[in-house]
Amino acid sequence: MHWLNWADFFNMGGYAFYVWLSFGMSALSLSYEVIALRNRRRRALRLSRLLAQG
Amino acid sequence: MHINWFKYSTPQTFYPLAGRMLPWFFGLAVMFGLAGLYVSLALAPTDFQQGEAYRIIFVHVPAAWMSMLIYIIMAAWAGLGLALNARLPAMMAQALAPTGALFTVLALLTGSLWGKPMWGAWWVWDARLTSELILLFLYIGFIALQSSIADPRRADRAGALLALVGVVNVPIIYFSVKWWNTLHQGASINMTNAPTMATTMLIGMLLMTLALWMYTIAVALLRVRCIMLERERSSAWVQILYEVQALPELNTMPGAKT
Repeated sequence: MHWLNWADFFNMGGYAFYVWLSFGMSALSLSYEVIALRNRRRRALRLSRLLAQG
Repeated sequence: MHINWFKYSTPQTFYPLAGRMLPWFFGLAVMFGLAGLYVSLALAPTDFQQGEAYRIIFVHVPAAWMSMLIYIIMAAWAGLGLALNARLPAMMAQALAPTGALFTVLALLTGSLWGKPMWGAWWVWDARLTSELILLFLYIGFIALQSSIADPRRADRAGALLALVGVVNVPIIYFSVKWWNTLHQGASINMTNAPTMATTMLIGMLLMTLALWMYTIAVALLRVRCIMLERERSSAWVQILYEVQALPELNTMPGAKT
């Protein structure tokens, strides 16, 4: 393990803002993409159901 | 083992197969992602020149690689759809574009967050950065062009032409750091020379790339299933799907105010 303690880890040698924003926005946008696609699928299924019931 | 690939070459037959593959690729993405994050944030040593800021490499480089790789795969599917006049490959191209665009945005933004502390600038008009920005415009152009044409088959063909012409930009991005004097550092991994970076750093980067690769496959399968449902909603095969039939009887249009 490279870090001495948690504070050290979060501080990222003084580059906390740049490092955590990079990782954070990547994680958030990928999660958002999955959630948005699940909603899109739900909408598409509902519309097909509506067409199927005529 | 003999698999008849043509069996899965129509939306109707590929839809259930994609559904069965989805959880495996999501599972692999999470596994590689957790391992990759552990190696890149906990195990990898400090860079002797860039301190801890270099850790941005573990999202920046995989995102940038995927942005180029997805473009090539997208253009290949689009070209196949054009050549065979088939729906499924065109749908695959359409399913990859938004994820490719997302990785391009992430590569640009994380690059900016790396450039600021290292170069003192969020952005410079350097060959690598500019050609990556053009890649973003190509993705946006592909998506916008397809959504502006009402007939899906015509939209597929027009999009395919744009995607194929745009492929020329990918080697420009890749070799830009060699061909021009740029502020951007050279290739992190070189095919001909032994890697110059620490093995742990290399492993972290490869694990993160694998995670994004598996993620891309999973998300593309998820999106292509949506596209199939949307484009073929009036076909019998969609209407008799279990997940459609299992929904309770609906009275209102989805999204309509009641």
